[in-house]
Amino acid sequence: MRQTLLTLVATLVLAGAASAQVSMTGSGATFPYPIYSKWFDEYHKLHPQVQINYQSLGSGAGIQQLLAGTVDFGASDMPMRDEQLKQAKIPVMHFPTVLGAVVPIYNLPGVSQPLKFTPAALAGIFLGTITTRWNDPALASANPGVKLPAADIIVAHRSDGSGTTFVWTDYLSKVSNGWRTKVGSNTSVKWPVGLGGKGNEGVAALVKQTPDAIGYVELIYAVQNKLTYGLVQNQAGSFIKADLASVTEAAGAAANMPPDFRVSITNPSGRNAYPISSFTYLLVPSRWTDARKGTAMVEFLRWMATDGQKFTQGLSYAPLPANVVQRELEALKQIKVGS
Amino acid sequence: MFTDRAARLAAFVFGASVLALTALLAYQLWIHSAASRARFGWAFFFTTTWDPVAGEFGAAPFIYGTLVTSAIALVIAVPVGLGVSIFLAELAPRRLSEAAGLLLELLAAVPSVVYGLVAVSVLVPLMRSTVEPALRGVTGGFPLFSGPAYGVGFLTAGLVLAVMVIPFIVSVGREVLLAVPREQREAALALGSTRWESVWRVVVPYARPGLYGAIFLALGRALGETMAVTMVVGNRPEISASLFAPGYSMAAVVANEFTEATGDLYLGALVEIGLVLLLLTMVMNAAARLLILATSRKATAV
Repeated sequence: MRQTLLTLVATLVLAGAASAQVSMTGSGATFPYPIYSKWFDEYHKLHPQVQINYQSLGSGAGIQQLLAGTVDFGASDMPMRDEQLKQAKIPVMHFPTVLGAVVPIYNLPGVSQPLKFTPAALAGIFLGTITTRWNDPALASANPGVKLPAADIIVAHRSDGSGTTFVWTDYLSKVSNGWRTKVGSNTSVKWPVGLGGKGNEGVAALVKQTPDAIGYVELIYAVQNKLTYGLVQNQAGSFIKADLASVTEAAGAAANMPPDFRVSITNPSGRNAYPISSFTYLLVPSRWTDARKGTAMVEFLRWMATDGQKFTQGLSYAPLPANVVQRELEALKQIKVGS
Repeated sequence: MFTDRAARLAAFVFGASVLALTALLAYQLWIHSAASRARFGWAFFFTTTWDPVAGEFGAAPFIYGTLVTSAIALVIAVPVGLGVSIFLAELAPRRLSEAAGLLLELLAAVPSVVYGLVAVSVLVPLMRSTVEPALRGVTGGFPLFSGPAYGVGFLTAGLVLAVMVIPFIVSVGREVLLAVPREQREAALALGSTRWESVWRVVVPYARPGLYGAIFLALGRALGETMAVTMVVGNRPEISASLFAPGYSMAAVVANEFTEATGDLYLGALVEIGLVLLLLTMVMNAAARLLILATSRKATAV
């Protein structure tokens, strides 16, 4: 018995030494968690020596932990602000991974065709003072032939801090001066009107149960739960239904993309671009003293931006456009590995 | 001799660890709320604005929401809970009482998210379509029951909390009543009192400290409940007179916003809300102790 145990221990030790595991830890955004866990899993199959652990604690927690140095990398649905970047001991680089979009959902008994929303109508509804009834001219003129009820609009929004709220309020801030000055954009804001639901499912439940309600959810959630969602008018003037193609186009159309990728792609100029889209990012230190970890991170990012993108569609994430991939591969060269 | 001292030491260490843990908790909350305390001071308690974009934070709507929902819960749960306890301890057949005791312990152990889910799918639509319009009709414009019926709000949250804390009141209340010595009842009956008189005048007063304990246990749970409340309260940081209006609670806002909050001030404000909740719970517990102390003195004086 003792002999077998000894042999077992010896084998384990030898096996461990031979493969030289690289183990990395990251934490952050919850929105991309399904694709990240898929990627880390697939990458581990290809490179058994690399093990990447990811905890989906939320974008805020991801940034905090990266700055505190308790994780190897972070993840966030929105770019880090300048003052946060200044707190980092090692400069942090942003790498877009996939794209997300936010769509308006509503509950109007008797209306079956997808509604069209102008930016002014959306801002007016969520401000709660301008567009308060469904048959308001702002809605009626964009939806000729739809019999809109003369009912008060009930607004539902996320109560938990979320990247989805950030994208939604970032968009409204860009299209409405009133929204920008009165409310602004963040993961949580001071909502002028409405009820708060926890998570996409909380907002969806409020909208589904309350006649005449409107809310917003992440596109993937709407697709997977077969919710009807509205079309939104983009900068070029066309009403666009959010889908993987129109979201990817929004990223490709983002003019003057800065070298660090920290850019909001809401309200882009592309003809077929869906206007309420955003990147989600991996936050990676630009210097790695542990050469093995650093090399593994760079290799993973390279794989993620190229081969890894094919896993996005199965999970309903919009893949990165080709020009962004190209620039990320360039940016990877700036990561310094080793002392 | 040696084992005696060792056991004493071990017991002391375990006992002290409880105090140390509480102190550490308070200390951590105090330290991490520094930015918010320095910026807002005492005004934090009275400010009604909660604006993460502008960096203005006040706890008043959350304190109000926690107190109102807990009060609604107790107003409903205390009479019902005591009634059920009295029935199970004094009137029900022994077998029924034991079976009910088992079920109650099961109910007390149901995770709160399950109560929340049931509330969202059953109670909220019922409140919106039936209960709230009916209440508004009956009370005729009384401000407590006015405004649009959303289904979510203070009243719904209070109702869910009531359902959640009744098992606590009953399972403790039943045990406390059963522990009243038989002689007390027999003496009361021998003096010619009816069944009801013996229960209400003798058994319940005898068990009063324990019953208070049951109620304060329920209150503690109601104050700190997070998940079920946030699912039905409407999550709107506003102080409204109407119980139909959407509101918010302290535990709910921390749970909702902590993960995505960035910046010292925002995080500090959320931690300070945690600190206020801890203080509120401590004050409530202290009040409970004092009440129990006062009533048990009176009981012995008689």
